[in-house]
Amino acid sequence: MSRFLIPAAIFLALAGVLYVGVVHSPNKSTMQSALLGKSVPEFSLPVLGNPSGATLTKAQLSGRPWVLNVWATWCVACREEHAALLAISQQNALPLVGLDWKDEDEAALEWLKKLGNPYTVVVADRDGRTAIDFGVYGAPETFFIDADGRVQYRHVGPMTPEVWEREFLSRLPRGGLP
Amino acid sequence: MKRHVRAGARMVLGAMLLGASMLLSAFDTESMPTPEMQKRYNGLTHELRCMQCQNQSIADSPVGLAEDLRRDVREQIIAGKTDAQIRDSMVARYGNVILFRPPFQPSTAWVWLFPFLLLIIGGYIAFRIVRQRKAMVASDDSVIEPEDVTR
Repeated sequence: MSRFLIPAAIFLALAGVLYVGVVHSPNKSTMQSALLGKSVPEFSLPVLGNPSGATLTKAQLSGRPWVLNVWATWCVACREEHAALLAISQQNALPLVGLDWKDEDEAALEWLKKLGNPYTVVVADRDGRTAIDFGVYGAPETFFIDADGRVQYRHVGPMTPEVWEREFLSRLPRGGLP
Repeated sequence: MKRHVRAGARMVLGAMLLGASMLLSAFDTESMPTPEMQKRYNGLTHELRCMQCQNQSIADSPVGLAEDLRRDVREQIIAGKTDAQIRDSMVARYGNVILFRPPFQPSTAWVWLFPFLLLIIGGYIAFRIVRQRKAMVASDDSVIEPEDVTR
């Protein structure tokens, strides 16, 4: 009897370990940001399409919650989420900052002209340094940053109305913004 | 004469291997200012995971993000950061998953300890099988017939 019991027990133990491994696989889009609960990295990036060379810094955004959406014209899934972002921007619930990641300025401006611009402001991270500091590993990624400048949530993959409702709007202080 | 042929063959083989490895790393053409820095750069880029391609190191991956992370490593080395500081800065931004060798922590202990547990179980099973067989051979003193051998 134990001839079969012991191998079966070992098999079940291994299967259990592998199951846990698969379920917690970092491949899942639920992989949490290492920045969770931590302060947003310092950045100073040129505003896209601004001829006078204006920049946006972390300090300019402090004092209120805001959302950072990482996108690019070379990113297929970004096109997929664009309609959702446009709908979100209609709500005027939160400032939506676009981070144009490793992209051509002209292509990005063309994209926004053609598909519509959901962003409060778009900054150009041409060499991808700021994206690295945010721990970005693929576009699109969307961050919720609270009034204290801390990352509260990161969504990997296309934004949807459901995710926006569940993970972003729900994090706003009760009663909305002042 | 024979020795010369062998040395020549060895050189050809060496050149082929070098050519193959150069071909593989053709996308990483940057070099560090000193050999010591180059050595640290090679070491670090091979132990950091390319976050877009999971099972490749940033040294082995041609994707844009890996290129940016290699640049980050290069700049930090030149800025005088230690290997530990560079590793910490990567973990701070991407989490432990960026390290191919995760640190020993309560949450990662099982990754390190589980293989040893398996080794102990496997060793015990092997020990039992060997002892069982030994007992069988010791108690079996029958003469081996020719037909037993062929079967």
